[in-house]
Amino acid sequence: MRQISIDPITRIEGHLKIDLDIDSGEVKSARSSGTLFRGLEEVLSGRDPRDASRITQRVCGVCPAAHAVASTLALDDAFGIQDKIPANGRIIRNLILGGNFIQSDVLHFYHLSALDYLNPEDLKGLESHNSGVKDLQTYLESTDGAPFTPEYSGDYRLGAEISEALAGDYLQALEIRKKAHQLIAIFGGKMPHNMGTVPGGTTNKPDIDSITKFRSRLGEIKEFVNNRYLPGIVELAKGYNDYFGVGQGVSNFIEYGGFYLEGFAGSHKQTSKGLEGGVISDGSDSVKDYDLSQITEEVHHSWYKEEGQGHPSKAKTLPEADKEDAYSWVKAPRYEGKPHEVGPTARMMINYLKGNELVERELGRAMDKVGIELDQLPSVMGRHLARAVECKCVIELMEDWVENLEPGKPSCAEYEMPESGRGVGLTAAPRGTLGHWIEVAEGQIKNYQLVVPTTWNASPRDEGGKPGPIEQSLLGTNIQDPENPLEAARVVRSFDPCMACAVH
Amino acid sequence: MSSEKSEIKPVIWIQGAACTGCAISLMNSPYPKLKNLLLDELVPGKSIGLKFMATLMGGTGELALEVLEKTRAKKDYLLVVDGAVPVGAEGKYCMVGEESFSDQVARLAQDALAVVNIGTCSSYGGIPSGNPNQTESIAVTEHLDDKGITTPALNVPGCPPEPSWFVDTLAKVIISGIPSPDELDKTGRLKEVYGDTIHSECPRRGDFATGHFARHLGEEGCLAEIGCKGPYTNSSCPNRGWHDGLNWPIGNNHPCIGCTEPGFPDVMSPFYEKFGMEEAEDMYRRLK
Repeated sequence: MRQISIDPITRIEGHLKIDLDIDSGEVKSARSSGTLFRGLEEVLSGRDPRDASRITQRVCGVCPAAHAVASTLALDDAFGIQDKIPANGRIIRNLILGGNFIQSDVLHFYHLSALDYLNPEDLKGLESHNSGVKDLQTYLESTDGAPFTPEYSGDYRLGAEISEALAGDYLQALEIRKKAHQLIAIFGGKMPHNMGTVPGGTTNKPDIDSITKFRSRLGEIKEFVNNRYLPGIVELAKGYNDYFGVGQGVSNFIEYGGFYLEGFAGSHKQTSKGLEGGVISDGSDSVKDYDLSQITEEVHHSWYKEEGQGHPSKAKTLPEADKEDAYSWVKAPRYEGKPHEVGPTARMMINYLKGNELVERELGRAMDKVGIELDQLPSVMGRHLARAVECKCVIELMEDWVENLEPGKPSCAEYEMPESGRGVGLTAAPRGTLGHWIEVAEGQIKNYQLVVPTTWNASPRDEGGKPGPIEQSLLGTNIQDPENPLEAARVVRSFDPCMACAVH
Repeated sequence: MSSEKSEIKPVIWIQGAACTGCAISLMNSPYPKLKNLLLDELVPGKSIGLKFMATLMGGTGELALEVLEKTRAKKDYLLVVDGAVPVGAEGKYCMVGEESFSDQVARLAQDALAVVNIGTCSSYGGIPSGNPNQTESIAVTEHLDDKGITTPALNVPGCPPEPSWFVDTLAKVIISGIPSPDELDKTGRLKEVYGDTIHSECPRRGDFATGHFARHLGEEGCLAEIGCKGPYTNSSCPNRGWHDGLNWPIGNNHPCIGCTEPGFPDVMSPFYEKFGMEEAEDMYRRLK
């Protein structure tokens, strides 16, 4: 048995350490540790509730719009104004969230993951007609290659032609993810950390100018996603087909759904959404409704006092840095006591099985192209594929939504803030499903809890010793060379971990 | 392109109590693009060599830390720090490899030519240092003072900073070295970048002068009555805008929340309540 520690896991958001026990080239045990705690839930306590939609964005600079949306929904709920949001406000929130999906997805594949498959060494000496790739080649040949090299050695299989295309797309994707942030800035002022989503709606009325600027950018992004990103994953999957069988993990999936299509009057479950939610248990091919009362956050192996744990509507975050048997700042969310995977894979499976026409069509086509069945989606390559399919679907939805904006009409409701109340904000987020729970008393935040996508995925063991989804997905992974655990890094990165989110 | 004649200044970018928003914001730089920053000259004859940055670098785990150590040993580098320094619980709130971030930042600052603090967290403590500050997060300069480390440090605050604020500060250091004290304001920012208050340059100054005030979010006009911190916040937001001038917070009809200032978020919160003159004066006395 050999023990290795991969720390830091780079090319993710934030601070993650992975410890592995390897025997005969195979992972026998895995531990996932979040190594940064900031205490943002307690920072929220005692503040004006409205501040939450600004402060919670600071949980994460990669997916702040998801927190912006979850917190405004929680505040709408706590203030009792869910049914007063003007259509423009609801649509703009969806467009802001959609922009964040695109940014996050493109960033994840090209700038965080691609170097797991693309060896910069393969670019040296090949003849390229892409001026960006030529610049990159000159750079690699005339310097030590940092920050692109050195990287783990291992089975880089793409060959010259695909490597060249992927390197070119890496550079173009830098511009595309930037445009996705511009989409958000048009209606949100700036990114990261938008200044548009507020309880009651959004701050700025749409007009012809903003709509036109939005549509033209979305068109450019769509062209890249449909013609480069999704086909690029299909191309990558041809070379790494075996990775549809690596990194399966738990067979439970949960998603609340998001992108609200109508004003809603209190029940998150009964509202139609662009992407639907549900629960898949034990690898079943049927989807159940989720029941929020079945969510707990355990802290048996996390650096927190156990007296604070429980349902997010009343849990507290009480750090205990020297706690024995703990190994992570990430809590362990469980649904019906079991670990659940969240993310585009879970969401695409749930929507496919529930008969969401758009997802059925796009995911069906993509699975046909790479020759897999639905049960192969929870895997390293399946997660990349599901993310790209989802990105395409979200763009198609956004194209419709932007047409429904009414120029010059209000986007924000007037309201009186009540002294007390409770609220829940649930949304789909780029890396999975996101919930914010708020309690307001005497005009201030009394309690605020977030259960975030990577909290689910990167969770440590629970009271019963059950490992979290990333930990389980590493079990059985073949590691060719423990000095260069490239295969493990590929498994971990396929989840697109966001550790600042996971711990907050 | 960086040619062989080009002088390459190594850069180490480390991350503590942060959200990665500063790195993501830098990636939004319109010009120079990130590609230019990584591969090309930043100013004639000089470029930066980004040796270590966990968010983007190829290497993982020990392989990445080896690059960090190799660069540190040569000493001739700029240290960019993203995130506050949690010093509570002996630094256990933020660990990188086997080292606490508080030890790492001190060790790397010791040998650096200069420290550039990107974002309000590393500049002043920022969001993680907000009350009740469970982790005892502090600004990098405060931490270095406590450790007796005298490496010059510059602040590039903003939550996050607009990319040009960082790029300009970096270019300034590359061209002419550490700025002199009279080029910086009292909070360690470059005056030429942070300049005057948002209020003094605000395009809604006319609304302020004529008494056209928004009374609730969603209404047009000067946003002072619904919490705008523009009168107390220094930044070039109104002049430069965000995303190549596409929009900016007040342009989006949202009050400024004062994210470039020391004391953010506590001094600026509640964000949507008007700042009393007394509070404002008190803040100026304490912070500026």
